[in-house]
Amino acid sequence: MNVTTLPQTVYSKSRINTRVEQTVPSGIRAFFDLVIGKDDVISLGVGEPDFATPWHICEAGIHSLETGRTSYSSNNGLLELREEISLFLHKATGASYDPVDNIIVTVGGSEGIDLAFRTLLNPNEEAIIVEPSFVSYAPLTFLAGGIPIHLPTYAENGFAPTIEDLEKAVTPSTRAMIVNYPNNPTGATISDKQIDEIIEFVIRHDLVLISDEIYVPLTYEKECKSFASREKIRDRLVLLHGFSKAWAMTGWRLGIAAGPSDIIKGMGKIHQYNVMCPPTVAQYAAIEALRHGDEEVENMRREYDRRRRFITHHFNRIGLDCFEPFGAFYAFPSIKITGMTSQEFAEKLLEEENVAVVPGNVFGECGEGFVRCSYATSLDEIREAVKRIENFVKRHQQA
Amino acid sequence: MTTLRNKILEILDADARNTPAEVAVMIGEEEQTVANEIDNMEKEGLILGYRAVVNSDKILEDKVSCVIEVSVQPERGHGFDKIAERIYRFPEVRSVFLVSGGYDLLVILEGRTMREIADFVIEKLSVLPNVHATSSHFLLKKYKELGTILVQSGQRERMPVSP
Repeated sequence: MNVTTLPQTVYSKSRINTRVEQTVPSGIRAFFDLVIGKDDVISLGVGEPDFATPWHICEAGIHSLETGRTSYSSNNGLLELREEISLFLHKATGASYDPVDNIIVTVGGSEGIDLAFRTLLNPNEEAIIVEPSFVSYAPLTFLAGGIPIHLPTYAENGFAPTIEDLEKAVTPSTRAMIVNYPNNPTGATISDKQIDEIIEFVIRHDLVLISDEIYVPLTYEKECKSFASREKIRDRLVLLHGFSKAWAMTGWRLGIAAGPSDIIKGMGKIHQYNVMCPPTVAQYAAIEALRHGDEEVENMRREYDRRRRFITHHFNRIGLDCFEPFGAFYAFPSIKITGMTSQEFAEKLLEEENVAVVPGNVFGECGEGFVRCSYATSLDEIREAVKRIENFVKRHQQA
Repeated sequence: MTTLRNKILEILDADARNTPAEVAVMIGEEEQTVANEIDNMEKEGLILGYRAVVNSDKILEDKVSCVIEVSVQPERGHGFDKIAERIYRFPEVRSVFLVSGGYDLLVILEGRTMREIADFVIEKLSVLPNVHATSSHFLLKKYKELGTILVQSGQRERMPVSP
């Protein structure tokens, strides 16, 4: 194939918007480029289920194509789907979200994050990002014109923020705070008490809480409650959810944003202009997922649970101290005994043992000294990866 | 509540190569507890054996499989059990099921050649007293067996690293 590159013109000043120019590509992207050139890599670096979308859900999508349902839907998503979402959220949280006023079906959970920041933040207002966190929170805050305030959390506190740290981080310009439990990348969940403390803090400082709860259906041994289960936060809570993780529907690109009507209305304004509506075929599939998908979700959850126990057991056994994750599908072991930085560890492990993990620091500075290992991969692969990591650690362990 | 047995069986059903130690880790139990429970299930005949799932289409040596619908006359006091036994005792018979509908027993037979299967049906099966009629269907292609898809479908490609 012949590729013609566009001529590069030199402009006297950058024609790229300053904030876009200052936004750095995700560290995951850089690591992806290292992995992509290698063969036979076992990857624990994947942030999506290894299961294919359950077949009955695919069937519903296929049927919608066959019957010609390929037009736009209403901006906020098919009403039929929003009604199912309303029922689902009510069952999961006890909260009543009106399908018309309180729910938008977004293009993946990511669009919801973007909409929330753009709706809530005026230029240079702050949002507290509880880290380690999903890679897009801080860049999207910044691109929305806001200032991300990075709030580190630590394994000894279960990767939940302490009120002292929160009080130090908040300023008169703080408008919002985003949390994600069960957490990507740590797998941490949050206790009822911590939920209540965070809610008190949010109310005390008149903030809006954005809670990314996409992993809530994937919890193990103990429940991780939704922030929406607490009535007093509901008028200042933007609840983000989605079909990607629990229903294994990443490529369908469907998320959920639910919240008070004024915020949802604001988010809807942006949404109608930038995406118009979420993909229609995916929405029909999602209706099927909510109506008849519980059993498949539960089967996947049980399988993740077995792998979770397996991988954390072995990390601890080989000396990679591993915080016990009770949600999502990530383990976040400490690599302290090797004396390497996260980046060095991940790069050397890839080079010497052909195993890909994601350096913890890409999820925030406090992720330094850890690596994220996804167990959304087959047990056979996890078994082999653990073996290789054990060899690697033995070789590089510091006395 | 999922019982210990169910938890163990779910794992072994997916992959019987998992050792009791591995199963124990995966369900958060002691190795000895799991080993004992597996022992008990073997003794009680709940677990009858462990075998590989083989895609017989890939074995070069030819094999022929046949599904046979068999209509029989049940017997007083025994129902279908006696006649079923006279059929399942033959080693070439892989499976026998009593089914509802237009016939009674569904028999799955495996042989080396079509001739061999034909001989079985003609000489052994249809001559049994109480067997009224048989209808044989040779298998042409196996797509899925015992929950495992046997045909190659497109590999699902995931990005090796993603957020």
